[in-house]
Amino acid sequence: MMTRMAIFWFLAASLVAAPSFALDPGEALEDAALEARARALSQELRCLVCQNQSIDDSDAPLARDLRQMVRTRLVAGDSDDDIRTAVVERYGEFALFRPRFGAHTFALWAMPLFILLMGAVLAWRLTAKAGRQNASTPPQ
Amino acid sequence: MIAELGHFILVLALVLAAVQAVAPLAVMRHDADNALALAQRAAYGQTALIFISFLALTYGFVVSDFSLAVVTANSHVAKPLVYKIAGVWGNHEGSMLLWTLILAAYGAAFAALATRLPARFSTHVLVTQGWLGIAFLSFLLFTSNPFARLVPTPFSGQGLTPILQDPALAAHPPLLYAGYVGFSMSFAFAIAALAGDEKGRDWARWMRPWILTAWIFLTLGIALGSYWAYYELGWGGFWFWDPVENASLMPWLSGTALLHSALVAEKRDTLKRWVLLLAIITFALSLSGTFLVRSGVLTSVHAFANDPQRGIFILAILAGFSGGALALYAHRLPHIAADTPFQPLSREGLLLTNNVFLATATVTVFIGTIYPLALDAVGGGKISVGAPYFNAVFAPLTLPFILLLPLGPLLAWRNGAFASLKQKLILAAAIALALTLLLAILRSGQSLMVLALFAGAFWLIGGAGLDLAQKLAPYRTRLYRFWHLPAHAFAAPLAHAGLAVMLLGILASTHWREEIVVAAGPGQQIDIAGITLRYDGVRDFDGPNYRAERARLAYLSGPHQGDYLFPERRFYMAERSQTTEAAITTDLTGHLYAVVGEPANDKRVLRVWYHPYVAFIWIGALLMSLGGCFGMAARLRLRVAKKQVAA
Repeated sequence: MMTRMAIFWFLAASLVAAPSFALDPGEALEDAALEARARALSQELRCLVCQNQSIDDSDAPLARDLRQMVRTRLVAGDSDDDIRTAVVERYGEFALFRPRFGAHTFALWAMPLFILLMGAVLAWRLTAKAGRQNASTPPQ
Repeated sequence: MIAELGHFILVLALVLAAVQAVAPLAVMRHDADNALALAQRAAYGQTALIFISFLALTYGFVVSDFSLAVVTANSHVAKPLVYKIAGVWGNHEGSMLLWTLILAAYGAAFAALATRLPARFSTHVLVTQGWLGIAFLSFLLFTSNPFARLVPTPFSGQGLTPILQDPALAAHPPLLYAGYVGFSMSFAFAIAALAGDEKGRDWARWMRPWILTAWIFLTLGIALGSYWAYYELGWGGFWFWDPVENASLMPWLSGTALLHSALVAEKRDTLKRWVLLLAIITFALSLSGTFLVRSGVLTSVHAFANDPQRGIFILAILAGFSGGALALYAHRLPHIAADTPFQPLSREGLLLTNNVFLATATVTVFIGTIYPLALDAVGGGKISVGAPYFNAVFAPLTLPFILLLPLGPLLAWRNGAFASLKQKLILAAAIALALTLLLAILRSGQSLMVLALFAGAFWLIGGAGLDLAQKLAPYRTRLYRFWHLPAHAFAAPLAHAGLAVMLLGILASTHWREEIVVAAGPGQQIDIAGITLRYDGVRDFDGPNYRAERARLAYLSGPHQGDYLFPERRFYMAERSQTTEAAITTDLTGHLYAVVGEPANDKRVLRVWYHPYVAFIWIGALLMSLGGCFGMAARLRLRVAKKQVAA
């Protein structure tokens, strides 16, 4: 019971607590445009050994390795998508914070639009009725 | 002994909750007034008992009674007193006791004010609160007893996670819970309206101050949590789209929708079915937030497996209350008058649009939070849904929302005349566009979406100004008599301007952030955001229950020239863990945020950020809450005025 609670609180705390450090000095690329792409990409890749942190925020060794891999590949001329694919091949889709669009994520990506449209249709029906009623009743 | 007393009193509170949940209904058959009196007394008694029990637990923490399991696991003799007290709710058991106390306190507050409302309705509200009391007191007593003893008693406690040893711990959970639990009131009102077969729309008017109360607390609680994360986590992020944060954002979004649609139900006697449903959903989201956080199902799949009992218990509470409420809703739906249609170009039309957007936002957060779990459960593989997903969906959703928002308060009820507004709106739009253009020139390289959102935020401020001007127009010769101006005139403009200010803060701080990471030796200079800093080295010093390394950075230029920044790395002895304490210089136009890192050979890794306009985020949240407070003040003043008329 005791250890269980300790584990729970450790997990709960580490979720918010892990002192997170982005890059180390010397990691950044010279080329500012490439570095900006590296940062943007790093923020979309999940650190697999941390709680809900991107590799950009994490100081875990695994995250550092991944950051270096991203930069090496960018310098080699890979596109962002090439790098994402390489990461998915190695670690699975779990490593992407922005899930790829596909049959398995269709509901995830389509649901907001669906709800918005459904709401709009329901609201439109309610207000359109008012228009018809106004048209059929003579002005007072 | 005191712990046993606290435990016993908690059992008594459960008995009283059961009385509150059942007895008034039996009495009501022949005497509604007596039923209410009974429910009121049970509510007062329940609150008093839980409060005594809470004091007993607090006493255990203050005197460091390590025979209590929860104190041993979460406290330490060497901890400062304030964290011993705040530590009462820095753990699962204690925080659930606080939750239950706040639940009971809302019931008692309503009981004290209940005499204004029809006895039957008030009794139904208190009975619903009684059932909630039973559920949460049982949860406490059967799965999370805060008074469980340890045999043999350990000599020392394990201490409180250092990250929680912060003044914000004193305020963040109580505020957040006052928000979450506050929505139990609108839930109870919806149940009372459904169970009592209320014909009119009075319940919507009675419900609104309670929604507003919960909303103000939740806004402040979330904002404080975000600010806490910002300065404590060591790099200046303020929102992580973390499941635990999402759990608080969902009831906030749907609560905001409820706040606006209840207004339509009150004023125009329409959308009542939607408001009742939304009141049920909002509280269900509050409960599922508790479930998600307390069961650990989202933190880690294993934490849930570790303690299935608690998770399943809360899930049962959630299923029981929302299922029961929805069944009652479905049963009564034919009795509730269908919505009276209205014009799209009217205040109610725009408020309905607001609800469509907020409902979409709520569903987006919900689906983004549970989708990985659901997909995994059906064998669809493991995926992650993080900030990039939410940002990608929220940006295009926010834009039309804020473009339409200013029209709502400006239009009249029923059939809003647009022609008279046209010129003012064109002026506001022109100013917003001019400001955005200026921005695009000064800060080149912004994406179109970012510029559009900036324009939207300026437009929102313009709209809030027009709204305020329109509401104060009848008082224009007496503007200097501030205290005699109607409070409600400030509510919506302040809240909407607050949203705009928050949006400006989010946009500026995320897109214009500057960052420097260096390994520095003493004397080295660092340039960031046009300011030069000098690193002066690291010194050791001792805090009350930690040792720290404190670095010093001197300002060599800028308005703070001659000042210092002192970022720290702390090591907490009892808890054997380390934290970083950022040093932050707070200006309205931006924060300079410095963190000292690990040694690198004979140098130190230093990380310095400049977060432009980041304070706007929390100033915006404060303005929103202030708007809510003006809304409450308007209610109170109305009540006082009515009393004076009556007397």
